[in-house]
Amino acid sequence: MASDAKKVLVGPIISNNPIALQILGVCSALAVTSKLETAVVMTLAVTFVTAFSNLFISIIRNHIPGSVRIIVQMAIIASLVIVVDQVLKAVAFELSKQLSVYVGLIITNCIVMGRAEAFAMKSPPGASFMDGIGNGLGYGFILVAVGGIREFFGSGALFGIEIMPLISAGGWYQSNGLLLLPPSAFFIIGLLIWAIRTFKPEQVEAKD
Amino acid sequence: MANKESLGKTLGVVVGVCLVCSIVVSVAAVGLRPTQQANALLDKQKNILAVSGLEIGSQKMADVFAKNIEPRLVDLATGEYVDVKDVEDVSNINEYDPLAAAKEPSMSTKLPAEKAIAGFSTRENIGLVYLVNSDAGELERVIVPVRGAGLWNMMYAFVAVQPDGNTVDGITYYQQGETPGLGGEVENPMWKALWPGKKLYDEQGNPAIKIVKGGAAEGDVHGVDGLSGATLTGAGIQHTFDFWLSTDGYGSYLKKLGKGELNNG
Repeated sequence: MASDAKKVLVGPIISNNPIALQILGVCSALAVTSKLETAVVMTLAVTFVTAFSNLFISIIRNHIPGSVRIIVQMAIIASLVIVVDQVLKAVAFELSKQLSVYVGLIITNCIVMGRAEAFAMKSPPGASFMDGIGNGLGYGFILVAVGGIREFFGSGALFGIEIMPLISAGGWYQSNGLLLLPPSAFFIIGLLIWAIRTFKPEQVEAKD
Repeated sequence: MANKESLGKTLGVVVGVCLVCSIVVSVAAVGLRPTQQANALLDKQKNILAVSGLEIGSQKMADVFAKNIEPRLVDLATGEYVDVKDVEDVSNINEYDPLAAAKEPSMSTKLPAEKAIAGFSTRENIGLVYLVNSDAGELERVIVPVRGAGLWNMMYAFVAVQPDGNTVDGITYYQQGETPGLGGEVENPMWKALWPGKKLYDEQGNPAIKIVKGGAAEGDVHGVDGLSGATLTGAGIQHTFDFWLSTDGYGSYLKKLGKGELNNG
């Protein structure tokens, strides 16, 4: 049991990563990773939502009628997202402005929905909760990696703290503007997937 | 175990889930509202101070705001300042909300269709401007709020104007929901830096700000570069300025301000 829990929790970080292997939730991964700070907050928000939506859906899974199960899942997920959005507006107003619509869009993040449907509907609450945290962290692992690369090479800083002084501010580092634009995250995620699959060849899909 | 696919069970589960969810959402929304409002107020003051040109340094934002920023009500029809006590329905200037007034039939004017270019059909009768005074009490800038529909949502901005009523000192879009990275770049400091020195009116006194797709010509005192990939946001900004600079907006006020005809009491 203990090793099962560990597998559910740690598995999604590398070996069954929602972004790198399942290729879910890429949209928001492009949008919120131009800075580490937003990436971390987004990670926390998604982890919270996946964990608790998994937990609640798992608790009532035996009572959810099959005909309306997606709607019930959406109601729970949407409520959790609104709560997260409200809390962010109250405690981290600046950040919530930067994340703008993307907190609200967690509702449509395929990871949340995917885990609810694929895991929480069939598993007990404890394991579902862990699965939610694990997938949130797996999502966050990619977000933070991408956010770190983009902020470091794009703005010469990490968490807004200047590390490489920019030429525009009188320093020596010519920033790479492409990295501040969303498409750069595609390249970085692609390279990360390549790296992970080189390291774990069993993830490579069979040729058709 | 009862059949969970039965109609009664289905309805029961759906109603139950909705009930619980709505309670949770309501509690969060209501419970956190005071903190959110305090944040919004602080954010607004910060945005006003950002275009005020005031040095804040180590002082507290709220203190600087109280000392140097003076909110004033303006009758948009005449362009004159009005006193709080002369305005019905307003008891405290700090509580006056032009946006709420714009929705109140008794405090707003319905715009004819050809004038409702900025995305709203009723406009408040009384506007709220912020005068920036130096420590010596001299008027340095006037901060005028403008708003207009962008591609997705209403965009709200403060424009700081010199006492000549014509020269822009700064602009800040403080609330907008445009596409991040495209229209959302209205918040980009590099774009905002294009504004200072621009003239709002041409020599005939007509609103003259132009958002120029592809970039304004060098030395164009009315033209501001459009944002790449954000044609519709640019059009929204254009309409915003066309409206608020006209006599339906702050046109009369800015003219009187420039001529020094205001009772600047």
